[in-house]
Amino acid sequence: MTGAPVPEPGSSPDTPAGAPGTSPAATLRPARPRWQETLGLLARNPTAAIASLLLIAIVLIAIFDDTLAAEGPNDIDVAERLQSPSWEHPFGTDDLGRDILSRIILGASVSLRVGFLAVGFALVVGTLIGLLAGYYGRWVDDVLMRFMDMLFAFPAVLLAIAVLAVRGPGSGNTALAIGIVYTPIFARVTRASVLGVREEVYVRASRSVGASDWRILTRHILPNAAPPIIVQTSISLAFAVLAEAALSFLGLGTQPPNPSWGLMLAEGRSYIELAWWIAFFPGMAIFLTVLCFNLLGDGLRDVLDPRQRTQMSGSGAAVAADAGGEK
Amino acid sequence: MVVLAGVSVIVFSLVHLVPGDPVRLALGTRFSQESYDALRERSGLDQPLIEQFFGWLGRALTGDLGVSFRSGETVTSLIAERLPATLTLAFASILVALLIAVPLGTISALRPRSIIDRFATVISQFGISVPDFWMGIVLILVFAGTLGWLPSGGFVPIGEDPLEWLQRLVMPAVVTGVVSGSVITRFVRSSMLEALGSDHVRTAQAKGLPTRQVFTWHVLRNALLPLVTVTGVQLAYLLSGVVVVEIVFSWPGLGQLALQAVQARDYPVLQGAVLLFALVFLVINLVVDLLYTAIDPRIRR
Repeated sequence: MTGAPVPEPGSSPDTPAGAPGTSPAATLRPARPRWQETLGLLARNPTAAIASLLLIAIVLIAIFDDTLAAEGPNDIDVAERLQSPSWEHPFGTDDLGRDILSRIILGASVSLRVGFLAVGFALVVGTLIGLLAGYYGRWVDDVLMRFMDMLFAFPAVLLAIAVLAVRGPGSGNTALAIGIVYTPIFARVTRASVLGVREEVYVRASRSVGASDWRILTRHILPNAAPPIIVQTSISLAFAVLAEAALSFLGLGTQPPNPSWGLMLAEGRSYIELAWWIAFFPGMAIFLTVLCFNLLGDGLRDVLDPRQRTQMSGSGAAVAADAGGEK
Repeated sequence: MVVLAGVSVIVFSLVHLVPGDPVRLALGTRFSQESYDALRERSGLDQPLIEQFFGWLGRALTGDLGVSFRSGETVTSLIAERLPATLTLAFASILVALLIAVPLGTISALRPRSIIDRFATVISQFGISVPDFWMGIVLILVFAGTLGWLPSGGFVPIGEDPLEWLQRLVMPAVVTGVVSGSVITRFVRSSMLEALGSDHVRTAQAKGLPTRQVFTWHVLRNALLPLVTVTGVQLAYLLSGVVVVEIVFSWPGLGQLALQAVQARDYPVLQGAVLLFALVFLVINLVVDLLYTAIDPRIRR
């Protein structure tokens, strides 16, 4: 796992023609109709489209987990313990005879809930801090961003572990811990994006007709500064799912007997030579979910934010400011 | 400096943010009033907060990070014990990462949209998404279990047995190296593409410089800056102990120490480790900044 998410440079040079955000004209357009345009462009990117469909499937599985799981998460059946994959148990059973497939299905909602809560926290707090720092500048910027730098100076996993040491283990605290780790990244991405639009003509025009700061921030700056934040959200979800799995693997996250993918991996570890499937399938579930969020993030960047790529790889300073953490 | 000061305040507050009495938590359920008072006094927790903070900070500056609640050893010696394993793994991993990332990133930038490029993109996307602890477990299953080629974990100092040192290092270094390498590959590729498309490269080609020379002096040099940055970030991450991988491979590094400290509620050790990691992170950032100046003369102004 592990790690802090990095706003990464894009990996493919093929920018869809006519992507919004490249020309001044595009930035002037109102934000709403962009959604349809974005979805259309995303659908034309096969990798991102497949990733989105898979993610929708995973979310549906997580929502209807109770109906889909053939057995309860803790239906212990010692007679059926350590069964290899079969028709009855497609992913086999664990050391207590619990059905692995059912536990993976039920674990999806745990992993996703923690992931969404964590990123939701980081998104709200980080974006707010980034907006204020970028818009007001001066001492507000200095104070807020220095504080973010301090949080950022801690290695991600250790910061999360330290938060869990203070607050105790459990799903809710795991989400909070991961959220705190990712807050500085959202603050940085938002601030950089706000700096880019702060002096645009429409912002100055709005100010000159006497619009309040709040109105300027919510109506003009946020919508136009949003693309990198949306991309960062998708990538952060990937790392949040990974982080939840890692923390649960270490015994600090979700607690047994709740089914969490990371926890199942930890439990399967001791039986790895005897029954590889106990650890293998939960790992695949984590891998697939994380991969889909990453691919979606890449696709979104190509569509929404072709500029970020050139900016980031263009100058060392930009990379230095934005790159961070591991992974 | 401001950041470092803030970091030390946060690290110090760790103990006091915990609900309950840290001494009581460290001692467990059964203890006598005498042992309670003794530990409290020894760890200085009976003094006023401000005095505690400056006392702790002053001692930390001289390398005295206190004494472990559990083993009674000094935190400095506990950390020093773990340092060789962590350094070995971190540098081996960064080596693996660069060996993967530099050739792969360069080739895909030189032949964008080719089969190799697509392959590299997919591989790096996989490497970023794979849970490293799961990859470790699978490797152990295959190479230590089924094939029996490598030991499943542990660390041996190189002075004791160089061959075994290498055998035990291979798997953890590959796991962390692949993950870091995937991140670096993406940076190498995009910064190379950027450099290849720039005006000065076109000019150099137009004036008839040999391709090799254009590549070395105009492309490579410009792509080096982001590479140094991202390698520095990755190294900082690896040095702060890849906790989960260390657990999987029973690697006695700093990450494992920090995790044990959390589990045992051994706060002096946790404080010391976290402070050290933050320091490493800041020092590496400083070194990266200095390297910039060496690579890019424009920054010197």
